[in-house]
Amino acid sequence: MHIVDALSDRAGHGSIRMLDPRLRIMAAALFALVVVSLSGLATLFTAVGLALSVMLAARLPAGPTLRRMAAMDGFMLLILVLLPFTVPGTPIVEWGGFTASAEGLVKAVEILLKANAVVLVLLALVGSLDAVTLGHALARLRMPANLVQLLFFTVRYIGVIGEEYARLRTAMRARGFRPANTLHTYRSIGYLVGMLLVHSLERSERILAAMRCRGFQGRFHLLDDFAYGRADALFAGLTAVACTGLLMMDLTYAAAV
Amino acid sequence: MPLLFELTGIRFAYPGRPPVLNGLNLRLDEGERIALTGPNGAGKSTLLHIMVGLLRPQAGTVVAFGAPRRNEREFHEVRRRAGLVFQDPDDQLFCPTVAEDIAFGPLNLGRSTAEVLEIVDRTLARLDLSHLRDRVTHKLSGGEKRLVSLATVLAMEPDVLLLDEPGNGLDEKTRGRLVRILSELPHALVVISHDASFRRAVTSHQYRLHDGRIGPSATHVGGGAVEP
Ligand SMILES: Nc1ncnc2c1ncn2[C@@H]1O[C@H](COP(=O)(O)OP(=O)(O)O)[C@@H](O)[C@H]1O
Ligand SMILES: [Mg+2]
Repeated sequence: MHIVDALSDRAGHGSIRMLDPRLRIMAAALFALVVVSLSGLATLFTAVGLALSVMLAARLPAGPTLRRMAAMDGFMLLILVLLPFTVPGTPIVEWGGFTASAEGLVKAVEILLKANAVVLVLLALVGSLDAVTLGHALARLRMPANLVQLLFFTVRYIGVIGEEYARLRTAMRARGFRPANTLHTYRSIGYLVGMLLVHSLERSERILAAMRCRGFQGRFHLLDDFAYGRADALFAGLTAVACTGLLMMDLTYAAAV
Repeated sequence: MPLLFELTGIRFAYPGRPPVLNGLNLRLDEGERIALTGPNGAGKSTLLHIMVGLLRPQAGTVVAFGAPRRNEREFHEVRRRAGLVFQDPDDQLFCPTVAEDIAFGPLNLGRSTAEVLEIVDRTLARLDLSHLRDRVTHKLSGGEKRLVSLATVLAMEPDVLLLDEPGNGLDEKTRGRLVRILSELPHALVVISHDASFRRAVTSHQYRLHDGRIGPSATHVGGGAVEP
């Protein structure tokens, strides 16, 4: 429920949040493409630096944002730790018959930097959009209408289904249900999940019926009023300069090596 | 007076169940405002769904706005002219924001964006809901959701309103507001309601749905008849 609330609040401040949502999505996508194609460590560190400054410009709270990043890094940790041992190259450490290679270590650091730079920029530019605006912007960027509608329906009904789950759970607790490692528990949880699915299916049928009552014949129409402004042009320019700069730096670095 | 709806000999059963409606007849004249009562599970909601063609009866005929209605295409016009407000507003409000939800119907009718924005503002103003225009639908209170779902249907400019338990779960104040709104609307009405004072306030007759048909004794609320 908290996720939905965080996603759909239209409140926003900070210079980056005034930019056109379409531009923010495109800039984040471009930056991600460029960063993924970089190869030098120095350029990657620069990219992370850029990403951090975007984060600051978007006035994301540094603490929670970095904690989120740490959570993502935690997921990748296993792969990163294994990489030095699986990539062949100059050995640096030998441990119980396994050798860690310098090349593997560099690869691991590269992946770590790339992932962090991309996710930081995504959080700053796209993560601060509420889901509704994000959907509209994606639709205007010619994402398939069905995917956009899927996003809208998810945002709209995840809370409703969440409440339904809470109600059923409360009703179970009211009758003395305490989860334990028993067959009874697993069966009851199974019924609960099954009932949620049935409710959701029936609700989707009622929603479709309500939509048909209002003349729905399979086509969605969107109302919104995005317009690019001067600040958007400036930001687009900055993005272009930053991306070109990163690419050129990477090329000179590669040539020097 | 011209007839808006005439249902004759309607029989309807959900698959594998005994009939919910059996030999039901119902007429609705222009400007007529009727209330439907009956025990839970009597088939009141089912009846409204049959009127707009969401369900098809196994026997009987539906004549609406002067023409027999048998297939999906014939019901399209019925759904535009008879606005059904569902029992649960969460089923009705599915767009991200209030304005978009109200715009959904008129856009489906092929209105231009400018016209639609005009309709949205007019409908909201009419129901005194303009302050909700850009709110996110799933964060509205229960009462606000109910009023907005009425607005989404009014925006289609229907001739008839079909309301499925509109007063349910509303507090005193919101219920009063709904009664005021409904009494000021010029539309013909079919209202399902379990609340006698609500029925008296917004309708002029009431019918009781029982054993699959509408009771022969239609009581005129205005005539002082007591609820059966
Ligand atoms: N989708 C369905 N499938 C099977 N049975 C249904 C369905 N919807 C309603 N019913 C049954 O049909 C009967 C009439 O339902 P309904 O029209 O919703 O009653 P009311 O609105 O008068 O309370 C009830 O017994 C209900 O259980
Ligand atoms: Mg009902």
